[in-house]
Amino acid sequence: MALIEIKGVDFTYNELETPALANINLSIEAGEFIAIIGGNGSGKSTLAKLLNVLLLPGSGKVLVDGMDTADEKYKLKIRQKVGMVFQNPDNQLVAARVEDDIAFGPENLGIPGPEIRKRVDQALELVGMAGFHDYPPHELSGGQKQRIAIAGIIAMEPDCIVLDEPTAMLDPKGRKEVMDTIHFLNKEKGITIIHITHFMEETIGADRIFVMHNGAIYKEGTPEEIFHSISDIKRLGLDVTVVVELAERLKKEGFNLPDVLTISELVDCLC
Amino acid sequence: MLIELKNVTHVYEHERGTRVLKNVNLEIRENEFIGLIGHTGSGKSTLAQILNGLIKPSEGNVIIDGIDITKEKVNLQRIRQKIGLVFQYPEHQLFEETVYKDIAFGPGNLELDPEDIEIRVREALELVGLNYEEFKNRSPFNLSGGQQRKVAIAGVLAMKPEVLILDEPTAGLDPQGRRQLMGLLETLYKKEGITVILISHRMEEIARLSTRVIVLCEGKVQFDDSPEKVFAEVEAIKKLSLGLPEITEILHCIKERGFDVRTDIFTIDGAVKEIVSKLRRKDIC
Repeated sequence: MALIEIKGVDFTYNELETPALANINLSIEAGEFIAIIGGNGSGKSTLAKLLNVLLLPGSGKVLVDGMDTADEKYKLKIRQKVGMVFQNPDNQLVAARVEDDIAFGPENLGIPGPEIRKRVDQALELVGMAGFHDYPPHELSGGQKQRIAIAGIIAMEPDCIVLDEPTAMLDPKGRKEVMDTIHFLNKEKGITIIHITHFMEETIGADRIFVMHNGAIYKEGTPEEIFHSISDIKRLGLDVTVVVELAERLKKEGFNLPDVLTISELVDCLC
Repeated sequence: MLIELKNVTHVYEHERGTRVLKNVNLEIRENEFIGLIGHTGSGKSTLAQILNGLIKPSEGNVIIDGIDITKEKVNLQRIRQKIGLVFQYPEHQLFEETVYKDIAFGPGNLELDPEDIEIRVREALELVGLNYEEFKNRSPFNLSGGQQRKVAIAGVLAMKPEVLILDEPTAGLDPQGRRQLMGLLETLYKKEGITVILISHRMEEIARLSTRVIVLCEGKVQFDDSPEKVFAEVEAIKKLSLGLPEITEILHCIKERGFDVRTDIFTIDGAVKEIVSKLRRKDIC
């Protein structure tokens, strides 16, 4: 059974006529790293919110580990399994100390004190911020805050983390910290990652990319498959990465290059 | 010269702790395109607000067109009309019932004739690429995120500023929205002769149009030079939590492998030419 299954889902916001999502069907296996790209208003964030019961589908079903999100009795269980990180690092941390912020979720689950302490330590360790227990969140950089937000989710021992443009407001170093952290959690801890982004280069390490357009899944495939149909991507107002674009241009100039995705692959082939 | 900052120091309480801008000296001239970069919390947004008189620094002087705006009894309204500031996520500040009213709000405070206001609204909408007839009566709240941001920027442009400061104007926009916005900035700078100060974490945006890049670190100006010179400081830039434009990074990697390629190139076109001329005769793969 897939970890997440979406079957024939439609969703329309109250005040609007056009649906934000129309007939979405997809399934995501445990341990996958999924990237979601698409223009503004294509339905990415709506889809994300359906996964941890912030929204319920208008029609169709969203199943998390077999549990229907529309069934009230699964709501808390699903929210524990699927955590969410949002765009603005300043809107997500609530406590005066890092440690209290991370403990907030597990405390609400009624987990005993010593166990919470263990989880906080482990979570900080996993996001590369061991020893930051006593820091006030406002003294942290944007990248550190996002990693604390992720640690707060890890302390809930989730199966999946959904990140909705977590790097949009970060400086280049902060972006790298967050990307390294979620890849680490995916590889080492087997946590399923669903990463929504406008930075095309952040999708390169993903197992699969979903491309959304007008509330539908327009295309789905590996990064190789998605980015090597350049005209298709550009028609949606999206972009391919600098590496793919440069490689394509060099091929037209007569360079004999294979399909490459990363800087090091490209440079290896060129030099 | 348009704006001069002399020994500007500012200590302030921020929601994220005490921040300091230390002894900043800058001259900003007419029709420059300035890229302002720095890590989170380096003081970029504060500097932007000092430049248009929104914040009065604790020490030092801010001289705009010969007038020291840190002195008493200066008409700051005139200053803010001259120096437009587009905040982060400016669409959060849309408030009127229609796009027309929202854009007309600023000019409405300038004692202009209604016809002049209409001309300004029309011109501002056209500049940001939205059709006047199609959009003027729509509610700003039923537009897409990208369109909302354009309307918010049009509201600042309708004041006819000589300097436009934009704080992370492309954050959260999709690639097409980003391209359109960068196209707008290019038009404003090249055709309208406006001085643009662009704050961004995206180095490729900074490198593409800037004639000058200012790097802030811990409230101090660390570099103030051409993009070519600034992005040549690879180690220092990385230490400051920043990076290189990706295309420049690729050229650096090629150079490290012993090829004598230029690394002061920021466009794909330029990189293609350079790679073709320097690596052509090598056996590839």
